[in-house]
Amino acid sequence: MTEETYAIAVTVNGVVYHRSVPGRRLLSDFLRHDLELTGTHVGCEHGVCGACTVLVDGEPMRSCLMFAVSAPGHEITTVEGLGNTPEAMNPVQQAFIECHGLQCGFCTPGFLTTITAYLRDHPDPTSAEAREAISGNLCRCTGYQNIVKAVLRAAEIAREAPAAASTSGGASA
Amino acid sequence: MKPGPFVYHRPLSVQEALSVLTDVGHEGKILAGGQSLIPILNMRLASPSHLVDINRVPGLDEVTVSSEAVRVGALVRHRQLERDTGAYAANPLLRQALHCVAHPAIRNRGTTVGSIAHADAAGEMPSVAVLTEAVMEIRGPSGVREVAADDFFEGALETCLDHDEILEAVRFGRFPEGTGTAFLESARRHGDYALAGVAAAVTVTDGTIVSARASFVSVTEVPTRLDLTEAVAGQEPGAVDWSVIDDLVQEHISPEADIHATADYRRVLAGELTRRALAQAVTR
Repeated sequence: MTEETYAIAVTVNGVVYHRSVPGRRLLSDFLRHDLELTGTHVGCEHGVCGACTVLVDGEPMRSCLMFAVSAPGHEITTVEGLGNTPEAMNPVQQAFIECHGLQCGFCTPGFLTTITAYLRDHPDPTSAEAREAISGNLCRCTGYQNIVKAVLRAAEIAREAPAAASTSGGASA
Repeated sequence: MKPGPFVYHRPLSVQEALSVLTDVGHEGKILAGGQSLIPILNMRLASPSHLVDINRVPGLDEVTVSSEAVRVGALVRHRQLERDTGAYAANPLLRQALHCVAHPAIRNRGTTVGSIAHADAAGEMPSVAVLTEAVMEIRGPSGVREVAADDFFEGALETCLDHDEILEAVRFGRFPEGTGTAFLESARRHGDYALAGVAAAVTVTDGTIVSARASFVSVTEVPTRLDLTEAVAGQEPGAVDWSVIDDLVQEHISPEADIHATADYRRVLAGELTRRALAQAVTR
């Protein structure tokens, strides 16, 4: 029995992609397998680890808890859309480098998307608020200390250069 | 971990959704936010052969405040309700409890009404529904029926919803003037399932307590409301020894043990959280 597929058009990082997918294709798998945007990582596949977090219309959501067929009509931003060249890094990416906010890097895409959206709404968090902001993301390497530092540093960078702080949806074709 | 195959339906009206649900019988499942349903599908604890995605149905994403209730449509995200200032003014318990529902990334997608339809006794919002004596607006092939929260929850993950019905909205009741509320829970990590939790409301008139009630998370089989009025009525809110409610709470709850906590620990936790929540409620 062949499985029914559905033709969809999904906007990811400003680019419209046309694909045909089965109803059960998770957005996370759609990004990785169908679009080959492998920056989004898949960890637990039930919403706990936060590695697959992407921005849907600017708000962080778990891409493993959404179906690709539900995505048309929304603007999806993945880690690839945050500013992906050494010359044009997003303040959160810059801060992660400066503060050594990652080791193996598996969880990092989920942290970057989550923190980018958080700082847009809360530009000047305290250390306690920074911890709360990342409480939905798991990291097994760093012990979180440097990630918390990176949140605070990213806020600083964004304040120093407000123009670069926007949640850019870079048009990577 | 991938869901089993299903036929995907994307109705554009409630009527269309209902007709699909009627056609597919017990094989249909409604998808709203999916933050409880999709994990279940991913783990293949359920494999419905038809999924009815109601996210494109207009008119279901509204929060309306009236003098009696806060009406929440089936597509209102937790985050939307949490941020709604009118809803907060009308019933602060909603925001107090929503703050404990998972993490922001989950609240951005998950719906409050969906979590009530899911009827997990470890969920926060079913407990708020019974405490506020919410009314469920259930639409089926022959129209709308209204069911009190007390009659809605029938067992673990079980409600009185029939396979061809949609929980279209929930009307959370408002408390009388002079009521303070609090929501407290204890989890291993903020946002995880609570080991125990409690929603409390205390009404004070002319300086004395006239009513007090609580409902629980994770320590009762179905969400139910416990009336504590008799134990504390007539007392001054600032001078109550809240331990007088301990026996009533312990009699009411029936926690189970799991990998995270023993049943006895959950009992101690529920007792302590209830005392604290009541004490906090009277200061609001």
